[in-house]
Amino acid sequence: MQTLLHEVMAHLPMLAVLLPSLTAVVLLLLGDHGGDSHGGHGHHRLLWSRRIALASVLLGLLMAALLVQQAATGELTVYRVGDWPAPYGIVLVVDRLSAMMLLLTSMVAVPVLWYATGGWDSHGRHFHALFQFQLMGLNGAFVTGDLFNLFVFFEVLLIASYVLMAHGHGRVRFRVGLHYVVLNLVASALFLIGVALLYAKTGTLNFADLAVRVPGVTGPDAALLQAGALLLLVVFGFKAALVPLSMWLPATYAAASAPVAALFAIMTKVGVYGIIRLHGVVFGADAGPSVFLVAPLLLPLALATCVVGVLGALAARTLERLVAWLTVASVGTVLVAVGLFTDAAWGAALYYMANSTLVVAGMFLLAELVAAQRGDAGARLEPASPVSQPVLLGLMMLLAGASAAGLPPLPGFIGKLMLLEASSAHTWQPAVWTVVLGVGFLSLIGLARAGSILFWHVRDEVPGTAAGASPKLIGATTALLAATVAMSVFAAPISAYTAAAARQLVDRESYARAVLGPQGIQTNTTRPYRFAPAVPAAPAAAPVAQEAGR
Amino acid sequence: MISMEFLVASGIGFVVACGIYLLLRGRSFTVVLGLSLLGYAVNVFIFAMGRLWSGAPPILEGAGPFADPLPQALVLTAIVIGFATTGFVIELALRSHHENGTDQVDGIEPGEDGEDRDEAERGPGR
Repeated sequence: MQTLLHEVMAHLPMLAVLLPSLTAVVLLLLGDHGGDSHGGHGHHRLLWSRRIALASVLLGLLMAALLVQQAATGELTVYRVGDWPAPYGIVLVVDRLSAMMLLLTSMVAVPVLWYATGGWDSHGRHFHALFQFQLMGLNGAFVTGDLFNLFVFFEVLLIASYVLMAHGHGRVRFRVGLHYVVLNLVASALFLIGVALLYAKTGTLNFADLAVRVPGVTGPDAALLQAGALLLLVVFGFKAALVPLSMWLPATYAAASAPVAALFAIMTKVGVYGIIRLHGVVFGADAGPSVFLVAPLLLPLALATCVVGVLGALAARTLERLVAWLTVASVGTVLVAVGLFTDAAWGAALYYMANSTLVVAGMFLLAELVAAQRGDAGARLEPASPVSQPVLLGLMMLLAGASAAGLPPLPGFIGKLMLLEASSAHTWQPAVWTVVLGVGFLSLIGLARAGSILFWHVRDEVPGTAAGASPKLIGATTALLAATVAMSVFAAPISAYTAAAARQLVDRESYARAVLGPQGIQTNTTRPYRFAPAVPAAPAAAPVAQEAGR
Repeated sequence: MISMEFLVASGIGFVVACGIYLLLRGRSFTVVLGLSLLGYAVNVFIFAMGRLWSGAPPILEGAGPFADPLPQALVLTAIVIGFATTGFVIELALRSHHENGTDQVDGIEPGEDGEDRDEAERGPGR
């Protein structure tokens, strides 16, 4: 038993990817409900799909918590797939940031899936299997230590998201979905060009190895390398909705069904994660001629993202669009912190990112709960019939809005405070303070306007929907909002963890030592394609593989 | 004598230019064609990043020179993914055509007024 547990612990990074993928296969084998959601075989299949999917995400949550516990000690878990030594084989690396992102994904996935079992999963085909594939892509993107592997997991999560986007059908979803797919395919093409340029100039795609080799690339080679890295900024910026690449997000997220939009809240964070990993670490400090490559671009663009996001929120005509624009503003705030390029700011960025993901996911679910009770008006921000549960939904809206706008004592406030503190002594400090505080104030106005229209400015004569939301839907939404409150209660340990995660990120040497092994740290620029006597030949010539997971 | 590198590079550039031109068209079919062309150009680009060799084996056995095997492996993955996504986007374009009654990517025939747009703003029918 003890050895079995030990084995499981050793393979946790891989299991985090395998569990959703195997669950998805089982769900596909089990089959679809086939439109038969009331009685009959299809109904049984749907019930079993729900049970299996829920059990799987709960197990995923447990595994993510174990990984966070393991990473909190500062240990880097390196899992060599197929036991190939590092720069040659693919490695999965779990550091504090990866573990935290895995936990965040699970914390969003569990309530969202629970919410979806309230009926959305029967409005289209194979919802549960696609949801699991999406989780597989997300988890894989967060644990991989290889740039091309990151591309592959990006594609996995994107392909799942293309289908989930159209889940529930409807002409708007297909039209917006087509835009979303085409734009993402173009982004994927740019991703490949960027990856190929990086490979051409460094001869490696392993993050640790890249960090070792990038400083050695100089002269005209460095220009091409930087072009590749900047192309990747376009790709990650597109995913993260960085202005001017954010215009697709509001329409897409507002058109998606509520649980899908809530799950997509984590997808923008994949872009942020990519920027931190590649542009923050590999092209960060000590990168030789490419040092702080994106610093002059990232901060102004991120500030612009905040402004555009909040202006969009003020102009939004539906509650879903309002939340979608607030997503853009929150990503902008996270990227402002990332763009400051200090440990303290990154700690703030990670804390704020965790909170804003949970809040935004909760608000997408809440938007649908409110819309469902307003009769024909739906989520439109105009006077209509009163909702049937004004106190409950109003309080939830107040809590979510206060956290999104950053009112004390909620975690949005703590995150922004950490960010403002971290920006002191930076040349852009006045701009950062103005934008972050202004965005908080304007989001408050936008949310207050929405809230007063939805809950106070009602027309009693218009018939509404009498039935309240089912306890399951309320419970799932509350769970997400409660998680943000918990982030405020446990702010001290969580912010200590994120600060440690930020420090671990910039410690490139221990990362390289853990991934490449003691002999791996040599600025060996021999590339495989240049025939020379010192070609690093077959993997056998490389340092002896350490056992996986140690 | 034009070098191989020049030919391949300008060929990739030309295909990318065609792909981008088609991508910016208004009908979904040309957009799909543009995506395919872009995908082909990217595949050749990845392949060329291992440098252009002729008659060099990608296996390290015997005397060199050797071609770099990694871009060849990468390009296979990229081809498979590109194939799958192209298939999907064609299916999606067909569904969008079916639902919206037009193959314009915005779902509105040019010349028609934007009445649909307001409906779209309100979100999917509840």
